[in-house]
Amino acid sequence: MSNISRGRDWDRRGVLRAMGGVAALGGLAACGSNTGRSGGGGKSIKQMYHAYGEQGTQQAAKKFADAYDKAKVTIEWVPGEYESKLATTLLGSGAPDVFEYHPDLQLVRSRQIVPLDDIIADVKDDFLPEDIAANSVDGKVYGIRMIDDPQFFFYRKSLFEKAGVKPPATFDELIDAAHKLTSGKVKGLYIGQNLKTISKPLVWSTGPHYLDADHRIAYHTDNLVETLTKARELYKSKSLLLGAPTEVWDPASFLQGLCAIQWCGIWAIPAIQKAFGDDFGIFPFPKSGAAGRQVVYNGGWSTYVSAKAKDVDAAKAFVKWLWIGQKKYQQEWALDYGFHIPARKSIAAGADKLKSGVAAEAVELFNTHGVFDDPYWTEGMFNILLDAVVNSVRDSKDPEAELDSADKKIERALKKLG
Amino acid sequence: MATTTPTHSAAKGRTARGAAPARRRPRGFGGSRGRTLNFWLFTGPFLIGLIVFVYVPIGWSLWLSLHNAQGTVAPTEFVGLDNYADMLGDGDFVDSLVNFTIFAAIIVPITYALSLTLALLVHRIRFMKAFFRSVFFLPTACSFVVASLVWKMSLFNGLRYGMMNTVLGWFGIDSVAWLASPHPPWYWLVICSARLWLQCGFYMILFLAALQNIPRELYEAAAVDGAKPGWQTFRHITLPQLRATSVAVVLLLLIAAYQAFDEFYNILDEGRATWGRPPLVDLYLQALGANQDYGHASAGALILALLIALVTLAQGRFLGFGRGAEK
Repeated sequence: MSNISRGRDWDRRGVLRAMGGVAALGGLAACGSNTGRSGGGGKSIKQMYHAYGEQGTQQAAKKFADAYDKAKVTIEWVPGEYESKLATTLLGSGAPDVFEYHPDLQLVRSRQIVPLDDIIADVKDDFLPEDIAANSVDGKVYGIRMIDDPQFFFYRKSLFEKAGVKPPATFDELIDAAHKLTSGKVKGLYIGQNLKTISKPLVWSTGPHYLDADHRIAYHTDNLVETLTKARELYKSKSLLLGAPTEVWDPASFLQGLCAIQWCGIWAIPAIQKAFGDDFGIFPFPKSGAAGRQVVYNGGWSTYVSAKAKDVDAAKAFVKWLWIGQKKYQQEWALDYGFHIPARKSIAAGADKLKSGVAAEAVELFNTHGVFDDPYWTEGMFNILLDAVVNSVRDSKDPEAELDSADKKIERALKKLG
Repeated sequence: MATTTPTHSAAKGRTARGAAPARRRPRGFGGSRGRTLNFWLFTGPFLIGLIVFVYVPIGWSLWLSLHNAQGTVAPTEFVGLDNYADMLGDGDFVDSLVNFTIFAAIIVPITYALSLTLALLVHRIRFMKAFFRSVFFLPTACSFVVASLVWKMSLFNGLRYGMMNTVLGWFGIDSVAWLASPHPPWYWLVICSARLWLQCGFYMILFLAALQNIPRELYEAAAVDGAKPGWQTFRHITLPQLRATSVAVVLLLLIAAYQAFDEFYNILDEGRATWGRPPLVDLYLQALGANQDYGHASAGALILALLIALVTLAQGRFLGFGRGAEK
């Protein structure tokens, strides 16, 4: 009989010795890893950011974290799909203690975040009331706004002059301008391909927000049905830039001269200024229909404290230190790397970069036409309505039927969340 | 005449007086107890892995599917079969199942035919066989995500400088926004071509292995009986001999079609294109997006698993996968 068929004649001691060796190696390996032991009185805080595009932001976040001496703060910088990763991570044992996100009722109802009224109380008046409202559920403030990111249309002044077009004030004028500005290799308008970003101002430009004051469906109007039908015609026309490799958060299509108008945000001003000098301007999403309104969507980010934080009080103390106490860092975060409006009124008022040119115009548009997220409108509801918009505009389905279908699902979600 | 020689161990076991030795407890891991220990030593870690990473999640999934599990994986509110009723009633998930049954009906035969053709060509070729085998197999090593992004951002980029649009431009044809809209459904061309490129090589290797196992005597006997080389030989000898492999390939392709995710997700706007949303993308958006609805997503996952199991059993019943050897 061969040794192979008999099995190797191991003895129990040998196996145990080998296993012990592996365990010892594991122990040695642990010596070289981050065991969480650190300064700051032994406390550790994990903070999660989405990957900002601007150069220097990651280093800045780390600098702020290192400057905090009450706990060891580690930064997790998440490229790609931040929202999905965060949603999953929040339910596991590796959940961050502090993270940035958008106001969302879902997080409140499932007790994943804690109220921050006690740390914001002294400076509440230094934030825009809309920013406070956007982060408040049932009268409690759950998030502290870090930056405001108004979004609007960018356009090339020279192309407008050449085509004899003025910045459009209505949706019909926008469609007309897109047709007139389309020539040769330049398309008139770029609103993105997946419609995720543009769907918000598209709906709000018809007049109502998603929900009314009593948190009931308000978006479903005849005006929205008509607007979606017009958007479909625009999508089918040759005047829209389609197939660009990046979505509208990236000004690349505009910078490459592929379109005359593009939806983007305040963060793109430096890059566009560098490329075109003064040959560009901005205008809000035009109103749609008689009951409509012009819209500048305020994106931006807020910071939250996880209810699962190892030490909730320590996490809150860090948030208070950075996003309430450190005004210098807040200004640096908003204006030294990219271009955002600081959430604190006192900081925004003293920011020279926001006092002239297109930046000042952006602040003016933001103050006049700014529309903020509704915390009672969850990301899940947003995705349901987005599907209806996508089906109506990109897939030529009947908008009325699509909105009816969305209504049922959203009603169910509203009922569930209470 | 066969002679038996005493084994080494038996010879060692004799005492000086030639008496048979007393039975000794097997040392170490030899003997029946030792063999049992060996068995558990080698299979144990995998069995533990199987239990922890497959059976526990399936059980947990079943548990979640019977509860309202929005924003939690430890739910307390029992809802019975409501999640299943919602998933089968609200249209999106059922639409994705129907769409992907159609997708499977298209992609399975095309992949089967293409990979079998490649295998036959590589099998018959008389020079550089290893080179061609490697070239066709190489895409299998490529990540689905990477291939999807190359297809989306380079080959089928909707702008005028996209590779396909550049080629169309040479013939004076306008640029096509391949992925902008389902009318016309160019997106199927993008997705199916990516999938064919990625998976044909793997199935070609399976067919190639099966072709190499067909005895040459069969072809010689057929030639003696007057069978013409080519189609007649392929139809009456090669194809029947490939039956077991064919059934396995069809089954694997069907499961792969229903489990499609990477290329659809990455090519079609991260699942935002509603018309090209396979069941897994739909479930991903339910559970792992900001929705955090693990109850509905688990119900959908179990419906999908049941469907795949039924398809597998049905093909076993009609095509006899696994019974090939007995026949």
